[in-house]
Formats: sequence, C-alpha cells, structure tokens
Amino acid sequence: MTSLAMSVSDSLTITRRNLIKVKRVPDLIVFATLSPIMFVLLFRYVFGSAIPVPGGLSYAEFLLPGIFAQTVIFGSTITGASLAEDLQKGLIDRFRSLPMARSAVLVGRTLADTLMNVLTIAVMMITGFVVGWRIHTSIGEAVLGVLLLLTFAYAMSWVMAFVGLLVRTPEVVNNASFIVIFPITFIANTFVPIDGFPSVLKTFAEWNPVSAVVQGARELFGNVVPGAPEPDGWALQNPVLYVFIWVAVFLAVFVPLSVRTYRRTAGR
Amino acid sequence: MTDAIVVEGLVKRYAATTALDGVDLTVAEGSVLGLLGPNGAGKTTVVRILTTLLLADAGRAEVMGLDVVRDADAVRASIGLTGQYAAVDEYLTGFENLEMVGRLYHLPRAEARQRAGELLERFDLVDAAGRPAKTYSGGMRRRLDIAASLINRPRVLFLDEPTTGLDPRSRLAMWEFIAELSDGGTTILLTTQYLEEADRLADRMVVIDRGTVIARGTGDDLKAQVGGQRLEFTLARAVDLAEATRRLRPLAVDEPRSDEQSRRLSLPVRGGTEVLAEALRLLEGSGVEILDVGLRRPDLDDVFLTLTGHATEDAAAADADTTTTGREPAPTAGSAR
Repeated sequence: MTSLAMSVSDSLTITRRNLIKVKRVPDLIVFATLSPIMFVLLFRYVFGSAIPVPGGLSYAEFLLPGIFAQTVIFGSTITGASLAEDLQKGLIDRFRSLPMARSAVLVGRTLADTLMNVLTIAVMMITGFVVGWRIHTSIGEAVLGVLLLLTFAYAMSWVMAFVGLLVRTPEVVNNASFIVIFPITFIANTFVPIDGFPSVLKTFAEWNPVSAVVQGARELFGNVVPGAPEPDGWALQNPVLYVFIWVAVFLAVFVPLSVRTYRRTAGR
Repeated sequence: MTDAIVVEGLVKRYAATTALDGVDLTVAEGSVLGLLGPNGAGKTTVVRILTTLLLADAGRAEVMGLDVVRDADAVRASIGLTGQYAAVDEYLTGFENLEMVGRLYHLPRAEARQRAGELLERFDLVDAAGRPAKTYSGGMRRRLDIAASLINRPRVLFLDEPTTGLDPRSRLAMWEFIAELSDGGTTILLTTQYLEEADRLADRMVVIDRGTVIARGTGDDLKAQVGGQRLEFTLARAVDLAEATRRLRPLAVDEPRSDEQSRRLSLPVRGGTEVLAEALRLLEGSGVEILDVGLRRPDLDDVFLTLTGHATEDAAAADADTTTTGREPAPTAGSAR
C-alpha cells in the first residue's frame, strides 16, 4: 500500500470508530442537537424581542447564521476532549504502537467531528425554518454557506486537537476552551450588530474571524438587506476570503504541531 | 539462537528522576524474559522504549534486528503490545475492536474479520463478541486487549504487568494463554512484580531496581543467589528449640535461626525433599513435637532484601503503615507522565 492510500485507509478506519461511538451513546447526538435548538429558540424569542436589526431585517434571519457559526465552533471542543479521553484510557498508546499513519488518529477524529457538524447544521436549519429564517439565494450559494461554516469549524478542530493532546484531561479541555470560545463568539456580529460596540470591541469584532464567518454565511444565505451599506473594514467586506486566510493559517500551524505532539505524547 | 530483543545502555531521564540508568538486556528468539521489579523500578519505561512509544536519552534497542528509533515503523509491524491498562475502545464491541486493529495493521477487511473471529474464540469471548467492551469484566477486557495485540501474529510480544488487578482465576487463565503463546514460538517480554509469575512463565529473568539491573539469570540462578531454600519448622513448645537445633545442625549449610516467640526454626539447606525426610529422621525419638514443617523457596521480597539490602518499596510501605487503608500505589517512574 502506498503511504497516501495507507493514510486515507487508516483515517477512515478511525473515523468509523468515532462514529460508532456516536451510535452507541445516543445522548451525544441528543445533546449536540438539543442545545443549538435551545439557543435558536432562546435568542429568537428572548433577545429577538429587544434587538433591532438595521434595514428592517427580521431578527430570525439575522440570528441564524450567527447561531450556526457559534454552534460549530463550540463543537470543535469535542475534538480536543475526545482526544484527551483517548489519551487517558491508553488508546493513543495502542494506536501509536501500530504501524498506522501517524496522522490518522487526528484526521479521523476531525473528520468524524465534521460529519457531526453536518448533522447539527441540518437540525438547526430545520429549527430555523420553523421560527422564520429563510434562504434567499440559490442552492449553490447556500451550499457554499454551509461549506464555509464547516471549513472554519474543521480548522478550529485542529486547534482543539492540539489543546486536547497538550492538556490531556477532557474536563480541562472543555473549561479551557469555553473561556476562549465564549468571548470570540460573542465579541462579534453573531447575535447583535456591531455598530453600537465601544470602539475597541468594535475593532476587535471587525477583525474577528468569527464575524467574517457569520458575515460570509449571511451573504451566502441571503440574510442581508439588499442595497444596505457595506460593513466597515476590509475583513467584513471580503468575509469569505478573510475566513479562508484564517483557515489556511490555522491548518498550516496546527496540523503539523498536533501531529508532532501526537507522535511524542505518552499515555498515563 | 539469535536474539529477538537487544537493549544496550538504555538511559531515560525525567526532570527530577532518572527512570533508566543504563539497562542492558537480551531476549533469545522464542524465549520468555521476565522483567521483574517493584513499582517505579523502570519496567514500563523499558517496554515503552522497545515499543517505540518513548525515545531513550541514551543507548540503543533493537527488536528483530530493527532499531526502535530508525526503523520504528518496521518494528511496529512486527510487535504486539499489551499495556498495563487494557487499551480497548469501550464503545466498540469486542469484534469491532479487533476488526479495527486488524484494519490498522492493514489486513484486508475480510481477513481482519476472520482473524477477529478466531481470536474471540481463542480467548473465550465469543458470547460477548457483540457487546460493547464497556460491559466487560476486568479479565475479559484484558483478554480482549491481548487478542488485539495478537491480530498481526507478532513474532515479539510485550506484556506489561499482564495479570495486575486480575482475580486469581483470571490470572491462572492468563498464565495459560501466555504459556501457549510461548509454546507457539512467540518471543515474549513480560514485566511483573511477582517472582512466582516470572518463575512460572519466564525462561530467564532480569531484576531491575531504580532503573538499574541488579540481577539476571534463570529463576533457579536467582534463588541460588539469594541463598536457596530453607527448612522451616514450627514446634509445639519453645523449650524444644535447642534440642531440635542440636539434632538438625548437621543438615544446615549456614547458621540456623530460631525464634522463641513464634517457636520457629529456620535452617538454610541444600537439596530437595530428601533433606526433609532426613530432618524428620534426625528428630525421631527426641520428643520434639512438630506442628508444621516445610521447604521454603525465596520470593521477590527475599531477592530484594538480599540483593539491595532494602525491601521492595511496597513491602516496606506495607510494613510501615499497616493502619492506612486504601493506599494509592506508589507512582511509577515507568509510567512516563
């Protein structure tokens, strides 16, 4: 077997293994889909009643792309927590003693988590339709919108993979990532327009890649007011390009770093 | 016979401790080596370096003529490892666990499945094959773990404390599995804290303490080094100790020891059961009443006491705080945190 074919085959074996866990522990799926549904409903009806969106756009239309982004980014912590759990249980030791591709455990993990995100986005879209969110663009553009979300989440998964291999305790991965993910998903255009932010926060929000993911998704789903003025800042004027720059940087840094850490990491 | 495992001058340091301080050992192809030592001696560190999980700071190690660093991939393809903790995926069934490992050894799917079936049968897990490993008992998990390490028919197998934490029945079953594998020609390096286990399974033993080899040889060599066997009597009356000692002295190869309190007499002797018969004959008609008599062979604690002048740390700790219950085992330097 060539080394590429071997990497692909090993990664798929690991992906399959991770998906079997999802099947055996249905709670995982229930909570992975219930919490975004809860978020959609809470924000739509609690905050939506008080947050005015410029241009007369309904809050549901404004909100949904933000919830999509926030949920898939939070989902990346599963990557880190699961790897930490595998380390704790000695499974990484077993994998490392096998003649398999050195990247396969990480590729298989991030791939399985991406598939989970596909499911989560589907559930949120259905919930969105129920509360008044609509896609106003072509199917092609809508698919690109979903791919944008998935690609950014995939890059975040590799960041979290590195964190998981480093801290080695699932609970710590969760707590540590929350204190980073909460601010980056809230100091952004996710739930409210950023025009009213204090200036420092507004600048941060303008260059925050999460804002660009949300802005890009809004444009690709058509959840923007036609003819509305362009947002401030190059990043939000070219959101898709800006997101892909971040994705490239994340992958270029964290794929090699995570694989290197995996190769040297030791179980308990 | 060629050596399946060669280890020379292995050194591994952690920030504060030296886990291995120049370990040398060889394992002849097809034989079983027992790597013996208390918690923290460095046994697991040796196994981790040999199985390519850990890099040594100095020295070299070869498995089947392959360098564990330079030819790490080839080494991984020819070995099997069962670690101290059963490394099975709890959510996968027994069958799925073995199939996955087979696929990761790059067996074609059909062969991986067939091999999984064979091993489940061999390790008496057929009934549990379709259940997630989460529902398995400790002994079943350990068997599944060993089965996983055998998928690729490794020529060299590493077993890190394969019976720790098992109940006596599972332990006996595990001993039988290991003996069978050895009979099949697999080279095995097993670590253990029990002299009895090493004595039963291993052709040769290496005893390590604090990262250094302190003894090596066959089980009999080790016991001979420790002073061989002793004849031990427990008498009904302490006053008889003097008379018994006087009569038995010709058999002793070293100074006999007696203890009034426990009414016990201990004589270092040479030979087998005929010594026992001879001793009983010498005591005939003396009026000495014997409660218990036996030939005793030394255990790991005796080996340690003789070779290092200190007991194994576990034994010392057990003596020191017998009142403390639920004491955590001492952290092992070998566990490579």
